[in-house]
Amino acid sequence: MSFEPKIVGFLCNWCSYAGADLAGVSRLRCPPNIRIIRVMCSGRVNELLMFKALAAGADGILVSGCHPGDCHYIKGNLNARRRVVGMKPFLEAIGIEPERLRLEWIGASEGLKFVETVKSFTQTVKELGPSRFNRRQGGY
Amino acid sequence: MEEPRIGVYVCHCGTNIAGTVDVEEVAKYAETLPHVVVSRHYPYTCSDPGQELIKNDIKELGINRVVVASCSPRLHEKTFQGVLREAGLNPYLFQMANIREHCSWLHEPGPEVTEKAKRMVRAAVNRVSHHIPLEIRSVPIFPATLVIGGGIAGMQAAWEIANSNHMVYLVEREPSIGGHMAQFDKTFPTLDCAACILTPKMTEVARHPFIRILTYSEVVEISGYVGNFRVKIRRKPRYVDEGKCIGCLICQEKCPWTALSEFDAGTRKRKAIYTPFAQAVPNIPVIDTEHCAYFLKGTCRACEKFCDANAINFEQSELIFELDIGNIIIATGFDTFDAFSIPQYGYGRYPNVFTSLEFERLCSPTGPTEGHIVLADGRQPDSVAIVHCVGSRDKNYHEYCSRVCCMHALKYSHLLKEKTNAEVYQMYIDMRCFGKGYEEFYDRIQSEGINFIRGKVAKVSDEAIAEEEKGKLIVLVEDTLLGHMLRVPVDMVILCIALEPRKDANELARLFHLGRSADGFFLERHPKLDPVATMSEGILIAGCCQGPKDIPDSVAQASAAAARALAMIARGKIEVPAITASIDETKCSGCKICNLLCPYNAIFFDDEAKVSRINEVLCQGCGVCAAACPSSAITHNYFTAEEITAEIEGVLA
Repeated sequence: MSFEPKIVGFLCNWCSYAGADLAGVSRLRCPPNIRIIRVMCSGRVNELLMFKALAAGADGILVSGCHPGDCHYIKGNLNARRRVVGMKPFLEAIGIEPERLRLEWIGASEGLKFVETVKSFTQTVKELGPSRFNRRQGGY
Repeated sequence: MEEPRIGVYVCHCGTNIAGTVDVEEVAKYAETLPHVVVSRHYPYTCSDPGQELIKNDIKELGINRVVVASCSPRLHEKTFQGVLREAGLNPYLFQMANIREHCSWLHEPGPEVTEKAKRMVRAAVNRVSHHIPLEIRSVPIFPATLVIGGGIAGMQAAWEIANSNHMVYLVEREPSIGGHMAQFDKTFPTLDCAACILTPKMTEVARHPFIRILTYSEVVEISGYVGNFRVKIRRKPRYVDEGKCIGCLICQEKCPWTALSEFDAGTRKRKAIYTPFAQAVPNIPVIDTEHCAYFLKGTCRACEKFCDANAINFEQSELIFELDIGNIIIATGFDTFDAFSIPQYGYGRYPNVFTSLEFERLCSPTGPTEGHIVLADGRQPDSVAIVHCVGSRDKNYHEYCSRVCCMHALKYSHLLKEKTNAEVYQMYIDMRCFGKGYEEFYDRIQSEGINFIRGKVAKVSDEAIAEEEKGKLIVLVEDTLLGHMLRVPVDMVILCIALEPRKDANELARLFHLGRSADGFFLERHPKLDPVATMSEGILIAGCCQGPKDIPDSVAQASAAAARALAMIARGKIEVPAITASIDETKCSGCKICNLLCPYNAIFFDDEAKVSRINEVLCQGCGVCAAACPSSAITHNYFTAEEITAEIEGVLA
């Protein structure tokens, strides 16, 4: 059986979660590897939650919020950006490929961008193989 | 905490979910999860019988947590929270699994879709066990409303609210209310004169016992939160005592100093002491200190000498005062596109190239020519070209359509025909006549013998290459219907300039925490379902500050904003959402990191206790502070680390 990665997507309620809703409503298709966690703002996602996801067996983490300037909470998304940038070298140091963590700005009207992001990210993580923290490999 | 007793309801949503996901299997699987007491599947859970099912289980089986696996929480979270509330459960003891938008609709049908749905349900069940009841509190509000901008939208909003006998403060930065509409001559498509419908409204607003007009004033500071704003207003000095001035305007007559009139779009001069136009409300002049001899050189004081009422006061200073406000309606309108930015159209180089706003003044009986349409040399034009989309629908300037230009261009055609019988050329990209009675108006103008040329104008020049072009302006345009270039010699060119966001829109957006869309106008909460609210609670928008609009649309939006404000005023209080953050003061180290991160300044530092505290009414519940707190002292209610972690472990297990 080929490797099917498990990807956690932290999506902000106002833009990216709505964008994913729009993708569904428009019947756009993407691989089912993405598992979406709703947060009010992408700025809520901190190192703790990212580590919890890795420890629970995630092979990839997508953090997605409103485009800069469009944040429902004015500038919360910029915190997400800083955290993701700061997290990458840290991941590398502990032996996790930094490509397993991705930040994308997905607006409420960007269903297509959501689907394209999930497709390409799933492909990236598939090529990387299972995360070294993923002890529970298996189906979806 | 009581032992969780969870009820799970898997929705078929007709075939929307059940067509792809084996709902029976998902429901059966949910039964095996910890704390689950009952698990059912139902064709339409959001329907009345579906809701009854949940209510019954809460009563009969004593379940105290509910999971609904159906559509997006953005659609029905409130519906189901209402069910819990009606059944006597706290609405926050609820979690939704979005197995429609994010599962059955999003993936190719196959067994893995059902597998994913199971994991989503497990995540929701895991999470809901950690939910605790959250308190929804309500706080009283101030009944007064602040309307910013005294154009047609602002006046309409103020008038609607004031009619309910609630106080409205109408702030206008210019010396008079009226806005752009006061500058217009006729209005399309009815051709009734703008002044005839506007000036009675201005007087009515000014005389209204529940409206206080604050002209020549600006908002400088705002604090507080929805329903409880404190707004600081700066009233600029007029140098004329409003209590004494009787509006005789002898000062304006005697003043020897002049400047270009802003109201007349620079087509004529006004005095240094002036009212912007004859019907100004209030009819009290102001002194323009940049052009007044007294302020520039310390001499003159002619106005003071001639004023019988002794109303001139050169010592007047600005006044700063504060108001307690419940709702704010922003109706700051638009600026017009700077025609100088497109040099090939010759604006500023050729005196007979006018902008649409200048032409409005030229047409107006109160304008510089008393309504006679004449060229710079005083002749009547024999031929006129009207250039559409100057700065609009153009990727070099503004991509959007300004929405009103096609219609005012048609109006100009009619006025030109009526007043001068000139040959009129409309050079358009597309005619957009979408409003009530607009297409009929277009039809009527077509029958008046106007020339329509479909194409974007390339250039306006005075370089004649033929005898008939001498002394004329030559408009170079491609007729896209015929497929070749035309040279149209005319006497006058009117540029239909775009409507654009106010130059200071960014400062205003910062002041009020407003978003701006890609075009620069203020961003509404929802483009279709909530065009008057903004992302800031209690701050509403109306008129052209939200996007280009004609008068009927501005008035409609203003009335809608007024209705929204009145709804809150009628309730007298607001419910504060329970999704906020709270600080465990025993854990807080007083590092103040959260103080700076909070986008709403809702966190303040208590200097005595040396801990940070959250104003829960200001808090909008983004959770940024909770994410950043190095001591884990901040809890983001409904999105606690435990809750999110439980959900993560659920989807991944």
